Amino acid sequence: MSAPNSDYDPKRVTPLEPAEVARTVSDALAAFSAAADLEQLKQARLAHTGDRSPLALANREIGALPPQARKEAGQRVGAARREVAEALAARQEELEAERDERVLVEEAVDVTLPWDRAPRGARHPLTTIQERVADVFVAMGWEVAEGPEVEAEWLNFDALNIGPDHPARTMQDTFWVEAGGSGDSGLVLRTHTSPVQARTMLSRKPPIYVICPGRTFRTDELDATHTPVFSQVEGLAVDEGLTMAHLKGTLDHFASSMFGDGITTRLRPSYFPFTEPSAEMDLQCFVCRGASVGDPDNPCRTCGSEGWIEWGGCGMVNPRVLVACGIDPDRYTGFAFGMGLERTLMFRHGIEDMHDMVEGDVRFAAAFGMEI
Amino acid sequence: MRVPLSWLREYVQLPDDVAAREVGARLVRAGLEVETVEEAGADVSGPLVAGRVVEFTDEPQKNGKTIRWCSVDVGEPEPRGIVCGAHNFAVGDLVVVSLPGAVLPGGFAITARKTYGHVSDGMICSARELGLGDDHTGILVLEPEEASPGDDAIELLKLRDDVLDIAVTPDRGYCLSVRGVARETATAFGAAFRDPGAAPEQPAPGDATGNYPVRVDDTDRCPVFAARTVTGLDPAAPSPRWLQRRIQLAGMRPISLAVDVTNYVMLELGQPIHGYDRDALAGTIVVRRATKGEKITTLDGVVRGLDPDDLLITDDSGPIGLAGVMGGGTTELSGATASIVVEAANFEPTGIARTARRHKLPSEASKRFERGVDPALPAVAAKRVVDLLVSLGGATEEPGLTLVGAAPQPATIEIDAALPARVTGVDYPADEVTALLTAVGARVEDAGAGAGRIAVHPPTWRPDLTDPYDLVEEVARLHGYDAIPSVLPVAPAGRGITAAQRLRRRVERAVAAAGYIEAPSYPFVGDAEFDALGFPADDARRHALRLANPLSEEQPLLRTTLLPGLLATLRRNIGRGAPDVALFESGLVFRPEPGTLAVPPRLAVDRRPTDEELADLLAAVPSQPHRVAVALAGDREPAGWWGPARPVSWADAVEAGQVVARAAGVTLRVERDEHAPWHPGRCAALYVDDTLVGHAGELHPRVVAALGLPARTVAMELELDRYFGADGVVEEPVRAPSVSTFPVAMQDVALVVDQSVPAASVEAALRAGAGELLESVRLFDVFTGAQLGVGRKSLAYALRFRAPDRTLTVDETTAARDAAVAAAAERTGAVLRGS
Repeated sequence: MSAPNSDYDPKRVTPLEPAEVARTVSDALAAFSAAADLEQLKQARLAHTGDRSPLALANREIGALPPQARKEAGQRVGAARREVAEALAARQEELEAERDERVLVEEAVDVTLPWDRAPRGARHPLTTIQERVADVFVAMGWEVAEGPEVEAEWLNFDALNIGPDHPARTMQDTFWVEAGGSGDSGLVLRTHTSPVQARTMLSRKPPIYVICPGRTFRTDELDATHTPVFSQVEGLAVDEGLTMAHLKGTLDHFASSMFGDGITTRLRPSYFPFTEPSAEMDLQCFVCRGASVGDPDNPCRTCGSEGWIEWGGCGMVNPRVLVACGIDPDRYTGFAFGMGLERTLMFRHGIEDMHDMVEGDVRFAAAFGMEI
Repeated sequence: MRVPLSWLREYVQLPDDVAAREVGARLVRAGLEVETVEEAGADVSGPLVAGRVVEFTDEPQKNGKTIRWCSVDVGEPEPRGIVCGAHNFAVGDLVVVSLPGAVLPGGFAITARKTYGHVSDGMICSARELGLGDDHTGILVLEPEEASPGDDAIELLKLRDDVLDIAVTPDRGYCLSVRGVARETATAFGAAFRDPGAAPEQPAPGDATGNYPVRVDDTDRCPVFAARTVTGLDPAAPSPRWLQRRIQLAGMRPISLAVDVTNYVMLELGQPIHGYDRDALAGTIVVRRATKGEKITTLDGVVRGLDPDDLLITDDSGPIGLAGVMGGGTTELSGATASIVVEAANFEPTGIARTARRHKLPSEASKRFERGVDPALPAVAAKRVVDLLVSLGGATEEPGLTLVGAAPQPATIEIDAALPARVTGVDYPADEVTALLTAVGARVEDAGAGAGRIAVHPPTWRPDLTDPYDLVEEVARLHGYDAIPSVLPVAPAGRGITAAQRLRRRVERAVAAAGYIEAPSYPFVGDAEFDALGFPADDARRHALRLANPLSEEQPLLRTTLLPGLLATLRRNIGRGAPDVALFESGLVFRPEPGTLAVPPRLAVDRRPTDEELADLLAAVPSQPHRVAVALAGDREPAGWWGPARPVSWADAVEAGQVVARAAGVTLRVERDEHAPWHPGRCAALYVDDTLVGHAGELHPRVVAALGLPARTVAMELELDRYFGADGVVEEPVRAPSVSTFPVAMQDVALVVDQSVPAASVEAALRAGAGELLESVRLFDVFTGAQLGVGRKSLAYALRFRAPDRTLTVDETTAARDAAVAAAAERTGAVLRGS
């Protein structure tokens, strides 16, 4: 480096001459744009912006100028260096983009190769429909009640107004638990989920709004439409001022939640020991909505062109049941309803054979996934 | 109950144009379960006529049969030539001939056709071909004077009728009669009703000896007994066609006039009738309970041992009938009976139900008595039987009526006339309530207590009407359920599903998401399955509840573990060509306490049980904890372009346990164990804290062989209730960790231990020794080799340390690591590898 020189004339220092600076800049720009890849650009960078590059050298000469000359020379060299640096950065970015594009092309794979290493699981529709039903009612403020599958005979029958000689006991073919000693065990496999209702009424005070899903048992042999182990869901509401209109409203809401907006239910008088008045409940056909009735050209397989599908039973809780469960029938009324979930699944999903529902074939449950 | 519409119309003034379907629909609306409306004979069309056989020739055929070439007068100028295969008729007999153009039941069209060398110009019909029952032993021969040749046989034989088939619910016993259904039909149509059960003129007030002598020893079980007698019945007199046809359409078989008449009256009135051959009766008829050891031979020829609870009809010879269920053989009406004692009695329903069930004898009579028969009917029904036998069978009515007991008057029910509205939400005017209850047959009057209370006297045929709500149902159904509006009730705010329910959902979802398919199975198992699982004789899981009436004698027990059902399902799937299966089940098992079962008390139902009674009841219900189990076989991950398959291993089963535990928010501790049905060297006991909650691992090779499962099948079963308690989870809010932003310090250690030392023990020791600075421990390598020595293994762990408040120095980290290693050395004999 030259020593400071007071009479040094910057115009005479070659590297700082404007023409020379401009030439240096244009050399650099040309070299950058000539660089075909990042390696060549690196060489160009070292040559034109490195410590030994003309501009770096020129920059160093500025210090040797007399003070009055430094400012102008400094501005000139500074502008030149900025221009070069910007050009370099721009070219760098260009070349990196090019490289990236090339690499991405080279790294491409066949993403359509099958990747099914993880085994697929699923839940059984009998489980998921119970959740679905529970969710409909929980959204209305109801709670989900459960009970044991082996149940006290008194809770399964007597408390529900099904006395020892009641004809209804012969209607339901019951699995009886054998006593350890002589006599009756007083235990049955519950024939319906209604004992859960009795347990609920015995354990809490109205208002009661509960839904009781669960497994139930009757001594039917397995065939295309029967199974000795099946599932039910029952609902129970006990409150002041409840009427059959509230029962109907609840069923209509349930029907539309499960089967589509506007689907309603129909009640037909019937008989159950635990309800009075009692009713059979039909679901409006959610496929044809009744359009197939009397139209032989467009039969409906779901409802058999009846327009309605038998869905379950219901009624107002028999005051005798309320009394046995410690609820004042003069103050409270209640309604209850129940339906079979296998049957519900069968018509809702077009399941044709009960065997599919109970045999545990993985192909069956897998089709339903995690929720229904 | 099958009801021919023609019979119904006798008692209901229905407009002629009302179709059977409309009647069915209205009855459904009123609460009768009309299952079908059958149009009997609707597919039959004529010409179907009476014909007289003028002459015939028997013609043997090459096929060994002999046919009859008949000449039959069908009311035309010339008789017709007809080939007939039957031989049960003679010249001059009146038969039924279907002429060409006729169509018989089932769409069987008749044409003139050439057969056996003749042109048969029609067909002589059997009863079955006419849809008149199953009799196909020969052709139907009519009574000599029943018709003239050429008369229309469709009308003659009453072929055309509509039949309503009604499934009668237990509360509507009165609808097991034409009388009851007619009343409902009349109400449904607002049509006039004539009651066939209305009391006719009786000869005189009855008493116990008014006719045949009768004594009733058990008046509770037999409140009313009526008897009447006819003599001089022509045993050969046939039942008229209309009567036979109605009985047949109602689903019974015509037998003889006397039997048909008793059945006819039962079907019409609902009062079961029993006829005794008077000449076979010995002395007074006595109604009493059976004594121990007594026997009876019933009409069906079965000798039955009797129970002291059975009610009997007896005479001097002993039992002659199981009251209200079935008669005895000794006094049975026969083809020669000319004198008949007609019994029409009323029996208490539950006693009849017990006897019918005890002897497995559900008869037409017991079906009616079980549901309750109108106690006012006996004398009426006996009179009706007598009248029919007199008019149809030429019998003579013996004077007098035996009538023991009297119909009890049903209890009056007092209700607020507004009760139906309050229960159903439909505003019934007070006079409509009265009108509807009157239509049922009740007498309604002002109760006099003011405020709209009414006193309702139910009719004798409605024993089901005992409570105010029974009357509500009558009003509601007769007004129509379709009038009930739809109003959604507003429940108070709920608390959502319980913690235990949420837990179960979470667990099931997590297991399914981990690749398991849910397969609920039946809970029925047998000892053979426990044997196959290798349970020792004293295994608690062999102590199972036993069903008194199992579907299969091989599986009389209720499961104590989910594994038998799950493994059977696994095998079924493999058998169906799915070698790689991962299943799970989530459900209850039944675990009775050791020793004799507690018997839950049979409590009263007219009040709430006391808290003590209730506690006893609930305590007697056996424990039924909830379990989750998985079973896997084949490959856990299939072979593919990525590489080879990964077969299932014991570790998958343990991992499934971890999946459950994680979903439940608890940490599983694993220990080695030996527990059936697992491989003794590949069985993990699963603990939460110190509670054993389950097992996982590979199944014992013998179990696998016994169950026909693939080698290396693995399983896990876990009972979270053991940790959380039967009442489920108590949810404590999670304490948030303080998340340190200081850098982590990592140290790897390789420890050499004996092969027998469980990795879990080494890790536990490292954790205990490392102190609070330890963030995590991870086993990243297990190595065995000659340089370690025989029976030794090297476990390589990555330890991560971090402090909440500072960057750790190398010295601190090293000290913590050394402390961890020292603890491992002390507890497990671990030696730092290379030292």
